[in-house]
Amino acid sequence: MKKIAKENLPKLFAEVSAAMDLFTPVKMADVTNWGLWDDSRVADLDTLKTVKSPKDVFFPQCQTLYMVHHDDNGFEISPMKLTEKPFCVFGIRPCDVKALTVMDQVFLNQEPVDTFYKARREHAVLVSLACHKPAQTCFCKVFGTDAAAPDADVAMWKIDEFFYLEAQTEKGTAWLDQFADAFEDAEGAGDKIAKEQDSIRSIVESLPYTHLSLEGWGPGKVEEKFNDPHWKELSDACLACGTCTFVCPTCQCYDIKDFNTGHGIQRYRCWDSCMYSDFTLMAAANNRLTQMQRYRQRFMHKLVYFPENNNGLYMCVGCGRCVDKCPQALNIVKVIKTMGKENADV
Amino acid sequence: MSEECLCHNDKYVRDALIPQIGIIQKITQETPDVRSFQVIKPGGGKLIDQMPGQCAMICAPGIGEAMFSITSSPTVKEYNEFSIKECGELTTYLHGLHEGDQILVRGPYGNHFPVEDKFKGKNLLFIAGGIGLAPLRSVINYCLAHREDYGTINILYGSRSKKDLVKLEEIQNVWEKAPNTNVYLTIDREDPEWNGHVGFVPTYLKEVGFDTDLTAIICGPPIMIKFCLQGLTELGFSKEQVYTTLELRMKCGIGKCGRCNIGTKYVCKDGPVFRCDQIDELPQEY
Repeated sequence: MKKIAKENLPKLFAEVSAAMDLFTPVKMADVTNWGLWDDSRVADLDTLKTVKSPKDVFFPQCQTLYMVHHDDNGFEISPMKLTEKPFCVFGIRPCDVKALTVMDQVFLNQEPVDTFYKARREHAVLVSLACHKPAQTCFCKVFGTDAAAPDADVAMWKIDEFFYLEAQTEKGTAWLDQFADAFEDAEGAGDKIAKEQDSIRSIVESLPYTHLSLEGWGPGKVEEKFNDPHWKELSDACLACGTCTFVCPTCQCYDIKDFNTGHGIQRYRCWDSCMYSDFTLMAAANNRLTQMQRYRQRFMHKLVYFPENNNGLYMCVGCGRCVDKCPQALNIVKVIKTMGKENADV
Repeated sequence: MSEECLCHNDKYVRDALIPQIGIIQKITQETPDVRSFQVIKPGGGKLIDQMPGQCAMICAPGIGEAMFSITSSPTVKEYNEFSIKECGELTTYLHGLHEGDQILVRGPYGNHFPVEDKFKGKNLLFIAGGIGLAPLRSVINYCLAHREDYGTINILYGSRSKKDLVKLEEIQNVWEKAPNTNVYLTIDREDPEWNGHVGFVPTYLKEVGFDTDLTAIICGPPIMIKFCLQGLTELGFSKEQVYTTLELRMKCGIGKCGRCNIGTKYVCKDGPVFRCDQIDELPQEY
């Protein structure tokens, strides 16, 4: 166990960023999002939820795959270089760590492997901060995440004005060793952390969605849930803005597009949303014509199709971002409750 | 797709999303709006080793990328052929290309028709409408190349008019002359240049009245597939005997971008070939 005083963090960040890319939550224009740290920026470790999840760091919102140049001899394809150097993601929350294991199912555990994502995952050191003040919209416990015990290379707790860090993997140990000078020894802090964990877990128990039941969802429910009459009324107010998919840490659908740089064609992929009407639009037809169908697709994918294909793993981690951000208050909690066992008003 | 890429770290194979360069060796105008493109590697040779029914992504940089079925049989070792109907932005661009021009290709993607097991020893009935012949042609030519492995081959093919029949020359010169092979052609409307059958494919299907010992493979416009399925059911076929292909919008081709997801399946990797009883298990969203 190591510790570092809050006031010494900028010094640690300077050392880390001299050695490797360092991503932290950064506040800009009153909004906290993940960014590359440099000494002009102040890491914001107090805000519980970044607006967008750190999936950006591993699966960028826009990412060039390859360039195509064209001359008299024809095309020349230049694939983009993959990440080759270690980098650090400092302050990632337990639900967002869990979200990476969900995305791993798509990008790493189903052939063919996504090499761009794989390179990012393999070179990342995750330093995860426990959630000391979980919010009313948090429901990570429903999906098996413990907000008090981050499951990452290094687990971190903030108690009073100190951050306590414990390595949980070889990669985490090596990272703490690499920057050993920045830390103080904190053997014997176990009791203090256990007490803090108790406090976190008791807050989690008191949150309104913590005991949300997933009964009625999951593998084997395709026909029953697809034909449920509630989809219509639930989706009526949906604006098709796609905010839920963009703030979601597990939504991984993407588009591949072209950008003409003037010197060549950049083929890039970018986040896309199943909520948009052109997501499935073809020259001949569109197989999901109504917003009800698109809305249903998103939740069926997260709560039925994905779990059926991935041993019961849900494509939701209970981060609550969609609960916070949907302008029409149409969120996954409402869907789970309305069509699940609880069938209660939210 | 496992060749090493020089631009990438040794640990990684070339990403599946990165295409290869293909040279259009030959273009054939099949019908007023269908052209066939023979594609080879730069310097010659076949670009993709596929099985019948598998697809490939074709990209025109700056225009777009889409999935097309590989029309040529795997037994053709010199090139891959794609029969493409002009109907959208990318296909219109492709129709404007010339022999010798380059395109980008990646694949093969998806499953294939079960020519090595379920079809073996069976009497087959191929039912195609319009450009729907494209994916079936690879199976038909594969079966004809391994003639002794299959029973009677029946081919029922129809289009709007005579000039819309894709690969008519091959049908008349090769398929109609093949051993133990019956070809039934039809067009939608009367045509002075046509002395064959006139009428829609599903109607002709019932008129001929095929035996129920056949394994049927259907490809064509959704409405034709629907009525052919009804027709086959009326003739006494069960859904386990009938195969078809699905087609939805795709971007990655490898089951990750999410577009072609229906229920627990991704048409790009779990399809495009489905048995009709398997399709019945999917949510009605295709």
